Amino acid sequence: MIDINYIFPEIFISISLMLILLIGVFKKKSSLLVYNLTIISLLILLALLINLSPLPNASIFRSSYLIDNLSNFMKIITIGSAIFVFLTSSKYIKLINILKIEYPVLILSSILGMMVMISSNDLIVFYMGLELQSLALYVLASFNRENLLSSESGLKYFILSALSSGILLYGCSLVYGFSGSTNYNIIAENILNANNGLTFGLVFILVGLAFKISAVPFHMWAPDVYEGSPTSVTIFFAILPKIAALTVIIRFLYVPFVNIIDQWQMIIIFLSIASMIFGAIAAIGQNNLKRLIAYSSIGHMGYALAGISTGSNEGVQSSIIYIFIYLIMNISFFSCLFMLRRNDKYYENIDDLSGISKNHPILSICLLITLFSLAGIPPLAGFFAKFYIFLAVIEKQMYFLAIVGLLSTVVAAFYYLRIIKKMYFDEEKEKYDLNHNFGLKLSLTISTIFILLYFLYPGPLVEIINKINII
Amino acid sequence: MNFPILSSLIILPTIGAFFIFFVKSGNKTYQASKYLALFISSANFFISLYLWYEFDNSSSEFQFVENRIWIKDFINYKVGVDGISILFIILTTFISTICIITVNSSVSFRLKDFHIAILLMETLMIGVFCSLDLVIFYLFFEGGLIPMFLIIGIWGGKRRVYSAFKFFLYTLLGSVLMLIAIISIYWFSGTTDIEKLYLIGIEPKYQNFLWLAFFSSFAVKTPMWPVHTWLPDAHVEAPTAGSVLLAAILLKMAGYGFIRFSIGLFPIASDYFIPFIYFLSLVAIIYTSLVALMQEDMKKLIAYSSVAHMGFVTLGIFTMTQQGLEGSIFQMISHGLISAALFLSVGIVYERTNTRIINQYGGVVSIMPKYSVLLMIFTLGALGLPGTTGFIGEFLILLGVFKKNFAIAIIASLGVILGAAYMLWMYKRVIFGKIINESLNKIIDLKRTELFILSCLALPIVFFGFYPEPIINTTEISVQNLLEMYTSNIENHQTNILND
Repeated sequence: MIDINYIFPEIFISISLMLILLIGVFKKKSSLLVYNLTIISLLILLALLINLSPLPNASIFRSSYLIDNLSNFMKIITIGSAIFVFLTSSKYIKLINILKIEYPVLILSSILGMMVMISSNDLIVFYMGLELQSLALYVLASFNRENLLSSESGLKYFILSALSSGILLYGCSLVYGFSGSTNYNIIAENILNANNGLTFGLVFILVGLAFKISAVPFHMWAPDVYEGSPTSVTIFFAILPKIAALTVIIRFLYVPFVNIIDQWQMIIIFLSIASMIFGAIAAIGQNNLKRLIAYSSIGHMGYALAGISTGSNEGVQSSIIYIFIYLIMNISFFSCLFMLRRNDKYYENIDDLSGISKNHPILSICLLITLFSLAGIPPLAGFFAKFYIFLAVIEKQMYFLAIVGLLSTVVAAFYYLRIIKKMYFDEEKEKYDLNHNFGLKLSLTISTIFILLYFLYPGPLVEIINKINII
Repeated sequence: MNFPILSSLIILPTIGAFFIFFVKSGNKTYQASKYLALFISSANFFISLYLWYEFDNSSSEFQFVENRIWIKDFINYKVGVDGISILFIILTTFISTICIITVNSSVSFRLKDFHIAILLMETLMIGVFCSLDLVIFYLFFEGGLIPMFLIIGIWGGKRRVYSAFKFFLYTLLGSVLMLIAIISIYWFSGTTDIEKLYLIGIEPKYQNFLWLAFFSSFAVKTPMWPVHTWLPDAHVEAPTAGSVLLAAILLKMAGYGFIRFSIGLFPIASDYFIPFIYFLSLVAIIYTSLVALMQEDMKKLIAYSSVAHMGFVTLGIFTMTQQGLEGSIFQMISHGLISAALFLSVGIVYERTNTRIINQYGGVVSIMPKYSVLLMIFTLGALGLPGTTGFIGEFLILLGVFKKNFAIAIIASLGVILGAAYMLWMYKRVIFGKIINESLNKIIDLKRTELFILSCLALPIVFFGFYPEPIINTTEISVQNLLEMYTSNIENHQTNILND
């Protein structure tokens, strides 16, 4: 069974998940141990994946499961950012009392679901991964039981997500009915021209996926869930499900439906433009940083979709670069958020940032760099992310999309500037605590240095991503 | 000459800023930051002077070129200077040094951060003037927004937040369209290397749109009427050093951009849009001069006069004559020195009296005689008296305009008269007359550093006013070459149209 070798990482994570759960159940007061074991198993998993990536591409289990450059890269960044999520939030979850054994176990199972999603080449496998991921996320969103907002956000996310999963499943059944298979490759062979049934199926599936990446008009859940969930879960929400869902969108549009690009291109362009504009405008009035970053991530997903909408290899590659830089900017942003702690209480409003540049110069310079990068100002990494996207978009001569996208960056710059104004131009308040754990400092340093100095060597990342050829 | 002299010019201030960031703040150690910033910026100034010394006037080629692979098969890091850009680099390093000295003697609030911001600005501004690749140019051009935003917002006046936001959003809005144009050029021509693009040329049918996209960015930055409204706000609210940087160098980026990119890359579109530019420049000259006449705030008056002076610059550039272009470059250098000096002068009295309203002054000559003499030189320079750099710039520009169109030259000359009117009127009201404001009696004349700074600026204004040769010689061949390229492009295009 040569196939087993390829899915060794998935097998490893399943086994370690179960072992960790057993340890947690049978050993008393083991939540910290479980937490650390999870980090270790994720590190091993990362090593395994990097080790595996030179293997030739493979399509296994009757070609329902794909291991290729795209899936390898996406899995590596998923696991990598999961490690950062754990590193940054360890103190937070202790302080707000959610360090329970279920917490890391749920995150691990969600990651397993994402890995299945990323590699899926079949509608059923994809749906399985999606549900595994989502079910864990519902629980995580409401993990802070004592907090009313957290329970509300969990419930809200569950109801809306279940609805979108239903729509998605209906779309899958339509596609199966009209193409005769659930396998992407066979669907692609059977679809030569569009018919109404297929288009309906396609649209339903896209609705479900757009919900997962919170693209407008399926974004309603994002601000509430981001705000209500514990911050350690919000950072998870902001990064990991998006990587997985974006990979699925790329694979789904470019493998089975590549022949009917004229049917889906307009939909993606619409989602992209709506997300960019809405994300930019709606964030202006926000005062809660988590809510604000929810709207900002809606906007960022718009840019990632703009790359996908081009229908070219360069477009897909630019979206992957975008999501990579986006996740690093988010890690940096949330690391700063985790540092706003005074007397064991966390602060998350824009007003709480007032004048921190005087008391905390290094923290505020990191946040400054991150915010300018999110706004896409050169020479920071965020600019390059947008630059590659527009490079691909303009190559296809989609000038309207490019102009709308760039104009909405100007609008979006306003709300990032508002935060900077608070930090640098306003009067200072009380100091925040300075003793942060090593993991948090490390992740802030790494991510900020990457954002700041990416422009010195942009080559390597581009070369890695150039190996990903979807078409 | 294999030593990367341009790159070291670019990188040196950043290295300085990096070290200053790790200087611990506190009263004593601010000294370290002061000396370090001063040392770095003056070292950079001397390197740039050495660059001018080594520069070969007789060649129109780009010199000191460095070409390194940045993103493989895509963009190269390419820098170099020719006769047009070298003077701006010297202006930048000179003005940055002046700014550091000013800040050292007048700012006490978050001084360390101010040093960092100015040094980063210096890096980015030098980068703008020597980049020979469109993407690299864009990086430097836009990156300048970040430190300038902070300078206005942190150290500015009462309405600093509003002005900082206005400055940032206006300029960002202008330049995003330029980004689209740069990317389009890449797909049309397969390269963003300026030297190669000069050779290949860009297809005439695309030129108009690309020209407009570049124009939108440069027009905001110049600033041209009617998108100049950010400038008075930004100038008035910015701290003295910030106003100096803005007026002396940031505005010149746009004028430089017009010469290097609009004319160099899109000659046919430039030809097409000449009347449009003439119109906007004339409106800027006459209208903003009239507005300047009515100002009560000294800084605002100088800000509006900057818009008028930059109107002359754009007018001169688009005459497409040797005199007009050389005059524009000369005028930009001269305006860089004079406006810097004027803003510094206003800053000096503002520090003493906390007011910039002209009516609050009067009779300053009897209290501050040294100051009055120096301000006289700058005022006369600004209105273009023979013997100052201001005269030579405006004279050359008007000469170029007369060659092209008599009526426009007459209207532009009116602007010179208006300029004399508002500058002299301001001078009269501030310096002469009786002392109305009692609190003026307590103020003291120039301190040593202030005298030093202002003399440093007065010296080149007068020197190059009498002896413009060095500047004219440096620019001459490059301008000639640019114009030859421009005319040959236009002729080719016309024969092509005739053949069709």
